[in-house]
Amino acid sequence: MAETITHSYLENTGRYKGILAWLTSTDHKRIGLMYMYAMMVFFIVGVLLGELMRLELFRPGQQFYSAQTYNGIFTIHGIIMIFTVVIPGLAAVFGNFCMPLLIGARDVAFPRLNLFSWYLYILGAAIALSSQFLGNGPPDTGWTFYAPYSIQTHTNVVAAVFGAFVLGFSSILTGLNFIVTIHRLRAAGMTFFRMPLFPWSLYATAWIQVLATPIVGITLLMVIAERWLRIGFFDPSLGGDPILYQHLFWIYSHPAVYIMILPAMGVITEIIPTFAQRRVFGYKAIALSSLAIALVGYFVWAHHMYTSGMSITARWVFSLLTFLVAVPSAIKVFNWVTTMYKGSISVKPPFLFALGFIFLFMIGGLTGLSLGSLATDIHVHDTSYVVAHFHYIIFGGVGFAFFAALHYWYPKMYGRMYNFRRANIAFGFLFVGFNLLYFPQFVIGIMGMPRRYFDYLPQFTLGHQLSTIGGFILLIGIIIMLVNLFSKKGVKAPDNPWGGKTLEWTIPSPPPVENFDELPVITGEPYYFE
Amino acid sequence: MEMNRDDEGAKLGMWIFIFTEILLFGGLFLVYAVMRNRYSDEFHQAAHQLNAFIGTVNTVVLLLSSATVAMSITAVRKGEKRKGVLFILITLLCAGVFLINKYFEWGHKLSIGLYPGSEMMVGLKHGYILFFSLYFFMTGLHVLHLIAGSIILTIIMVRIQIGSINAGNNVLLENGGLYWHLVDLIWIFLFPLLYLIT
Amino acid sequence: MTHTESHITDYRVYGWVLLALLVLTTITITVTWIDLSALTVLVALIIASVKSFIVLRYFMHLKFESRLFTVFFVMVLGIYLLVIVLTFFDYLLR
Ligand code: HEM
Ligand SMILES: [Cu+2]
Repeated sequence: MAETITHSYLENTGRYKGILAWLTSTDHKRIGLMYMYAMMVFFIVGVLLGELMRLELFRPGQQFYSAQTYNGIFTIHGIIMIFTVVIPGLAAVFGNFCMPLLIGARDVAFPRLNLFSWYLYILGAAIALSSQFLGNGPPDTGWTFYAPYSIQTHTNVVAAVFGAFVLGFSSILTGLNFIVTIHRLRAAGMTFFRMPLFPWSLYATAWIQVLATPIVGITLLMVIAERWLRIGFFDPSLGGDPILYQHLFWIYSHPAVYIMILPAMGVITEIIPTFAQRRVFGYKAIALSSLAIALVGYFVWAHHMYTSGMSITARWVFSLLTFLVAVPSAIKVFNWVTTMYKGSISVKPPFLFALGFIFLFMIGGLTGLSLGSLATDIHVHDTSYVVAHFHYIIFGGVGFAFFAALHYWYPKMYGRMYNFRRANIAFGFLFVGFNLLYFPQFVIGIMGMPRRYFDYLPQFTLGHQLSTIGGFILLIGIIIMLVNLFSKKGVKAPDNPWGGKTLEWTIPSPPPVENFDELPVITGEPYYFE
Repeated sequence: MEMNRDDEGAKLGMWIFIFTEILLFGGLFLVYAVMRNRYSDEFHQAAHQLNAFIGTVNTVVLLLSSATVAMSITAVRKGEKRKGVLFILITLLCAGVFLINKYFEWGHKLSIGLYPGSEMMVGLKHGYILFFSLYFFMTGLHVLHLIAGSIILTIIMVRIQIGSINAGNNVLLENGGLYWHLVDLIWIFLFPLLYLIT
Repeated sequence: MTHTESHITDYRVYGWVLLALLVLTTITITVTWIDLSALTVLVALIIASVKSFIVLRYFMHLKFESRLFTVFFVMVLGIYLLVIVLTFFDYLLR
């Protein structure tokens, strides 16, 4: 063991060589990277599908392909982006890579289970993607699989649904692993309130993964049973209730939004203090607000269903609850901003992306309030206002946080630096492109442009054209960023390039196989800048 | 790589897994609640079709099997290996009885054409369709868990026999037992909600 | 990581627990012969909950485990029940 400790985790010292050494590795750092590579492939596919839709929408009327093709594309775009990119998201990549480092552990609690989760993830993604090529054509239900259409359409819904089920299982096992890891493997002296805030957010996330995912799991099985056996739970012609499907679906899928965003908030909370060289303002408030979001987030699901025909009472009850969940989110934003106040800020790429996150997340969050409020939602429900809103949250929020985390921990992951200037340029393109892509959709949404439509009235043309142009500026940004990071090796990174105070910066870059020569003993709070 | 054994962590992991299972069935119980609320009379009538006697026998059998699993933990911890194996064997026998009963129960329904998707079923009143659909879906999923549990217990039994589960190291047995009790726990709710609402 | 001495329950305890569970099963069955109309479900659920409580506490050893497990269990149950209540805000008030 003393011998392996000196080797970086990137070197192969075991029985296998090359790619096999990765595919059989239970090292949390390698598994994190394996998630990342797979996710990047899916992300790029998803982005290209998005651009394909933007091209079709450049002008009213049919341009390149049929309406049915458009239905298929937005469905698989949504499935890929939600189930294979942002739900595993930051937790699977940076949670795996960094969480044991941040809490001073050698690995997660169940390393083999961790590898198994990765295989389930790949399997689930493969099954979901097979829906495009097998059966009666790509599913056209949207990623939400609403009944009764999902039980009537002849397209290959079953494969997509079953793929999502397997992906959910993978997500559950990761969550389980993280909860046990955080409970059992924290370094000596690291009480819960001495734990850094990224692990805190992962802890809250893990509970949502564990407690919400089973509901969608069983719901998806019911959809399959509806299609094969006509069990009738959601089929009104057999006495079932399609709205019940929506309840079950959103009981998971709203909390799933927090599965995506909480780890994102977590990394932002790591990045801001490092680059402001100030201790986090309101440490406990941030930590506990993660739990509060997780808990309250469980009880707001029906704000997606104001127009479904559910009872009036339920509508205002859920509207009220939705406003409650905005409180802990806002607490975090205020605390980030306050942390920066009077700090000695150095604007490096990770910090820039973090600022981008705060800005975009705030737009997403504020427009979310108008969607949570009953009266206004009825006006904009199922319009492109909603499309803009959730892209601001999941792409502007989760996506930019992902990029921020990548630029922040990249030196630790690979032991190399990257070119700052090009990273900043990439950020510029991403930021401008993003806003140009989605902001117009708020406007045409309010004007009445429906969501999931492949054609539109002439008055929406300008909005759509700006949007498409923005889409391609964004694409350029993504390409610059990835080329900058992955095309050639940068200079060797020091152990602590940013002057961070958490444990991962106390060990070499890249970290050795078992992380710590000697497990650290914690005697104080995690962010002791002065 | 040297690994420290952490029984407490293993048990915590198992409990979390059990929570996910409870919520998996929880989704179905929610559907049940909604549908029962909507079609309460038809549910009562449809339940007459179920064989409460078989249901009762299966309840007793499962309770017994739960007790014996628990006892085998006691046995193994006391170092009484033979007894430990024997108790699990009884559990597995109970599982066998449960499955045989289920076979006859379902076999009868299938033979009269009462199963999801059958022509007869689709022609029934809505409340009946939903009751029987729920019955098949819930007991079906439960049986799958019972089979999975039996496989796990069989492995555990072998490992007690060869001594890799013993008085000093038995968290696997404990976790297997937890899973088995979960199967029992779910049945405790399924039984009255499906068989006893006539 | 400490390996704590695990608790050993006496066989007889399990015997009594089994007996209690069987008695409760008998009660559930017999009450169905009495017509309680709307209360039937409630009674059935209460008895099932008592049975579950016993199973959890003794067979599943919650009584002897760290309090944390019980806290988690109660939390999960609470969340689940609240979800049901909220769903019925829709179904009962349509
Ligand atoms: C360059 C990037 C992207 C572009 C150009 C893009 C574009 C689009 C378009 C045009 C739609 C269809 C809107 C409609 O017709 O109603 C859509 C839907 C959607 N997008 Fe994106 N998107 C991008 C990135 C993302 C990302 C990063 C995510 C999530 C992480 C995402 C998640 C979704 C979801 C969930 C839907 C809804 C699908 C449905 O209606 O079933 N998108 N996107
Ligand atoms: Cu929501």
